[in-house]
Amino acid sequence: MSATGIGAAVRRKEDHRFITGQGRYTDDISRPGQAYAYFLRSPHAHATLNRIDAKAAAKMPGVLGIYTGEDLAADKIGGLICGWMIHNKDGSPMRAGPHPALAQGKVRYVGDHVAVVVAETLAQARDAAEAISVDYGVLPAVVDTASAATSKTQVHAESADNTVYNWHLGDKAATEKAFKAAKHVTKLDLVNNRLVPNPMEPRAAVGDYDQGEGAFTLYTTSQNPHVARLVLSAFIGIAPENKLRVVAPDVGGGFGSKIFIYAEETVCVWAAKKVGRPVKWTSDRTEAFLSDAHGRDHVTHAELATDADGKIIGMRVKTTANLGAYLSTFSSSVPTYLYAPLLSGQYDIPAIYCEVDAVYTNTAPVDAYRGAGRPEATFVVERLVEIAARELGKDPAKFRMQNYIKKFPHQTPVIMMYDTGNYAASMKKALEIIDYKGFAKRKRDSARNGKLRGIGFSSYIEACGIAPSAAVGSLGAGVGLWESAEVRVNPVGTVEVLTGSHSHGQGHETTFAQLVSDRLGIPIENVSIVHGDTDKVQMGMGTYGSRSGAVGMSAIAKAVDKVIAKGKKVAAYVLEADEADIDFKDGNFRVKGTDKTLDFGSCALQAYIAHKFNGQDLEPGLKEGAFYDPTNFTFPAGVHICEVEIDPDTGITKIERWAAVDDFGIVINPMIVEGQVHGGIAQGVGQALLEGARYNQDGQLVTASFMDYCMPRADDLPSFDVGMTVTPCPSNPLGIKGCGEAGAIASPPAVINAITDALGHEEVTMPATPQVVWRAAQKSIKRMAAE
Amino acid sequence: MYAFTYHRPATARQAAGLLAKKEDAKLLAGGHTLLPTMKQRLASPTHLVDLGGCADLKGIERKGRNVVIGAMTTHAEVAESAVVQEAIPALASLAAHIGDPHVRHRGTIGGSVANNDPAADYPAALMALGATIVTSKRKLTAAEFFTGLYETALEEGEIVVRISFPLVSKAGYAKFRNPASRYALVGVFVAKRGSEISVAVTGAGEGGVFRWPEAETALKARFAAKSLDGIKHTAKGINADMHADADYRAHLIGVMAREAVARATGK
Repeated sequence: MSATGIGAAVRRKEDHRFITGQGRYTDDISRPGQAYAYFLRSPHAHATLNRIDAKAAAKMPGVLGIYTGEDLAADKIGGLICGWMIHNKDGSPMRAGPHPALAQGKVRYVGDHVAVVVAETLAQARDAAEAISVDYGVLPAVVDTASAATSKTQVHAESADNTVYNWHLGDKAATEKAFKAAKHVTKLDLVNNRLVPNPMEPRAAVGDYDQGEGAFTLYTTSQNPHVARLVLSAFIGIAPENKLRVVAPDVGGGFGSKIFIYAEETVCVWAAKKVGRPVKWTSDRTEAFLSDAHGRDHVTHAELATDADGKIIGMRVKTTANLGAYLSTFSSSVPTYLYAPLLSGQYDIPAIYCEVDAVYTNTAPVDAYRGAGRPEATFVVERLVEIAARELGKDPAKFRMQNYIKKFPHQTPVIMMYDTGNYAASMKKALEIIDYKGFAKRKRDSARNGKLRGIGFSSYIEACGIAPSAAVGSLGAGVGLWESAEVRVNPVGTVEVLTGSHSHGQGHETTFAQLVSDRLGIPIENVSIVHGDTDKVQMGMGTYGSRSGAVGMSAIAKAVDKVIAKGKKVAAYVLEADEADIDFKDGNFRVKGTDKTLDFGSCALQAYIAHKFNGQDLEPGLKEGAFYDPTNFTFPAGVHICEVEIDPDTGITKIERWAAVDDFGIVINPMIVEGQVHGGIAQGVGQALLEGARYNQDGQLVTASFMDYCMPRADDLPSFDVGMTVTPCPSNPLGIKGCGEAGAIASPPAVINAITDALGHEEVTMPATPQVVWRAAQKSIKRMAAE
Repeated sequence: MYAFTYHRPATARQAAGLLAKKEDAKLLAGGHTLLPTMKQRLASPTHLVDLGGCADLKGIERKGRNVVIGAMTTHAEVAESAVVQEAIPALASLAAHIGDPHVRHRGTIGGSVANNDPAADYPAALMALGATIVTSKRKLTAAEFFTGLYETALEEGEIVVRISFPLVSKAGYAKFRNPASRYALVGVFVAKRGSEISVAVTGAGEGGVFRWPEAETALKARFAAKSLDGIKHTAKGINADMHADADYRAHLIGVMAREAVARATGK
C-alpha cells in the first residue's frame, strides 16, 4: 500500500479550503444585479387561502415582484413530484395530492409557501411580505401519526382517509403459520421519533437567467444536481435540460435533506426570468426547521415468533408512517422499499410479513434522513430481538449469534439477497472491545455509587450501494440508480475526474483521488475531482444511501481501466511493440520482458500530439467515460454495543462505553470511514437521547429552534472504540460496501437496549430524555422493591 | 431586524438621559437576548442605547464586607475575577457556567439581572446572597427587584448600575441544564451567613426566582446535604414544559439543593 493509495489514512484534501474559510457555498455566490427572495409562509397548519392582497406590498420600496401559486400556474410551472410509485395491497396506485411550489387554494402545514417577494434587499422583501394581507380560512389540523387515518379532517381531496397507501411485503400465510407454531411470541409497540435534519449549512438557492441565451442557471444546495435538473426540466417545466444548468457547489452537509427538489429553488430560478434579475434565497434556521423535509416518524407494532430452541421462526410488523402534508421527492420509498426489506436484519428468519400504512398530516413533508428506512427497520428488529432474549432468559449476544445467518448468499423472505458477511466475527470482536466479561463487575461498582448500569446490543444490516436500476425500476422507482464517471487525462498526465456523485462532507475529493492515483500510479496531487455542475459532468445520480463508494467509485474504476486500455494502444505505437505485449504497472507502460517503458505522463502527451499513430485505427486524446450500474445492493453490517450509566435521581444517562465493529468491505480511507462512523453514531445517539420534533395539536412546530430541539453536542458523547471486520463485497469491482449511514442505523437500538437493561427492562420512548428516564427509573425501583 | 438608531454613550448618566429623551429606546447590555429577538422581528426598538461604552458601569471591587460588580461586567470577567473567586467562589463558578464562551464574553450581569429570565442563573445568586441592586435612581434588595417572569421593579428610564454582594461564610450553586438550551431547568443557590440560611431557586418557578423556606429551616438545624433528605418541594406553582413537567422539576429542586449544599460544604 502506498502512502496515498487504497487503504491509506490520507488527510482530506478539501479540508484546507474548508477550515480556512475558503469554501464556496451557495450563499457565497452572488451574481451581478442580484435581488433577494423572501417567502411568505403560512402561520397555520391547515387553512383555505381565501384571498391574497399584495397591492400595498407591491408598492413598497425595492419590490421587484410578488408572486403566488396563480402566477406559477399561469406560466404552466408544474408542481413538485414524488419520484417513486408505491402500489396499494390491491394493486391500485398510491394517492398523491398536488404539491404546488406556491400554495394554490389551501395551505397544509406551518411554513407552507403562500407567496414570494423579490426585492432589492432581503429586508425590503421581508417588509413587503409583512404587508401582504392574506385571508385564511383556518381548518382543524391533522397532526398525530397513529390517528391520522381516522381523522375527520382531510389533508388532500385525493385521499378521504388521509392514507397515501396501504402497502405490504412478505408472505402473510407463511408468517401466520409460523406464529401458530411458535413456542413463544414477543410483542412490542414502539415509536420512531420524528427528526429535523439540521445540516450545518441551511438550504439556499440563486436563480439566474441569461436573456441572450434564453438559459437558466440554478446554484443550489443539492446532493444531486443532475436529478434536480431532470425534475425541474422534465416535470416542473422550468426549461429544457439544455437550457438549464444546475450547480451544487460546496454543500455543508445534507443527511438526505438536500436530495429533494424543493419549492424555494424552483421559485428562485423561475422568478429570475420574471424579474429579469438573479434571485437569491437563503434559509434561516427557523425556515430550516419548518420546511426542510423531516425524517422518521413511525408508529409500529411488531411481533417475533421463536420455537422451543429459541430459534426465530417468524416476524410480523405493522407500521404507520407519517409522510407529512405533501409527498416529497422520494418520500414514498422510505417506509416501504427502504424499510421492510431490512426487517430480516442479520437473522435467518423463514417468514416475515410487514404492512405499512402511510398517512398525510398537516406537518412538514417527511422524506429520507440518514439511513432512510433502515434505521427504522433496525430499531424494530434489534429491540424485538433484545426483548425476546430477555423473555427467554437468554444472553442477548448468544441469542443473536444463535440466530445469525451463517451461509451466503442468503435469500431473505423480504426481497434481499445478502451476498456475504460474517456477523459472528463482528460480534466477537465487539464483545472483546467492550470487555463484556467485565460488565457484571462494572454494574456492581455502579450500584455501589447509587447508579444503574446497562448494556445494549445492536446487530444491524443495511442495504447500500443504491441500486441496481432494473431492481428499483420493478419496485416503482422513476429513475435508474447507476453512476457515471469521466476521466480526462491532460497532455502532461494530470487527471480530472468528473463524477456524478456529489460530496457534501464525505471527502470524495480525497477518497476518489486515492483510487485514481493508486490505479494510475500517479501522485494524488495530480488528480482533481470535479462534481456538482451539470455543465461539467454530463449526468449523474448523486450522493445518498451510502452509494458513492460502491457505485460512484466503481464507475470511476471502470473509466480508469478504459484509460489504461487506451494508454496501452498508444504505448504500443510509441514503443513499437504489439499491444498485447504492453503491461501497465506503477504508472509505467512497459513492453513485457524488456526495459522499454513509457511513463503515464509521456503516454498522455503522445496521445495528444498523435505523431506516432496518425492514420491508424486509434483516435488522438486520452479521455474515457463509464457508467456503472450495480448488480446487487451491498450489505454493510456490524455490531454496536453501548454501555450506559444512569443516575436514577436525575434521569441523566451517561454513555460510558461504545464498541462499534463494522464490516464495510474494502475500505479506501480508514480515517474518513471512522469519521463517518463517529458522525453516524452521534446522530443516532441524538435520536435516542436528545432529538424529537414535536407539533402541538394545532400543528405548530413547538421545537422550531435549538432552544427546544436538542442536537447532540460533544459532551453528550463518549469516546468511541471503533473496530472493523472485512468481507469484500463480491458484487462490485472494488469490494466496497459503504459506510455513510451505519452509525445512525446501528446506534438508536443499542442505546435504548442499554437503558432498558439498566432499568430492569422498564421500557422508555425516544428521545430518552432525563425526564423520560427518571420516570421509568422510579417505576423500575418501585417494581423491584415490590418484587 | 428592523432599522433602528444606535447610540453609544460614554457614561451611565448619558445613557439614562438618552433613555429618557428617546421614544421607544432599549438598552443594549450584551444583547444575547435582545439581538436574537430583534433579528426575528419580535422586538423593534427605534433607538438602541449600547451601554458597552460606559466605563463607569464596569469593574469588580471588594468594598469592606461586600463585593461590588459593575452592571456591564461580563460573565467571563466575573468568572475569572480573583476578587470574586476569593470572596464568593460560588458566584465565580456560577458565572463560569453560564451559556457558552460566546455568551460569557458578551453577556453582562446587569443585562441578565434586568432581563430576569426565569431560567437565568444570576437571580438565584442575588436572592440567596442577599445582594443589593444599585440603580441610577435607588437601591433595591433582590427580593424587591425581581417581581415576576421577565419583570423587575425597574421603572421607565432606570438603569442597573452595580450589584453589591455581601460576603457569606458558605455558598454553593447547582443547576440542572435544559438539554437543548442549557439554561437552568432548575438551579438552586444556597448561602450561609452565620445562622442565616437562604435557598433560592431559579428555572422552576411560575413567577421566576423564589426562596424555599422549608429547606432553609432544615438547613438551619445542620448545614449539610443530609438535612434535606426527605424534604420535597411541592409541584404547585412549578413550571411545566415539554422538557420537564412540574413533578420532575419539583423533584429536581431537592436534588439540586442537596448538590448545592454539598458544594458549599466542600463535600
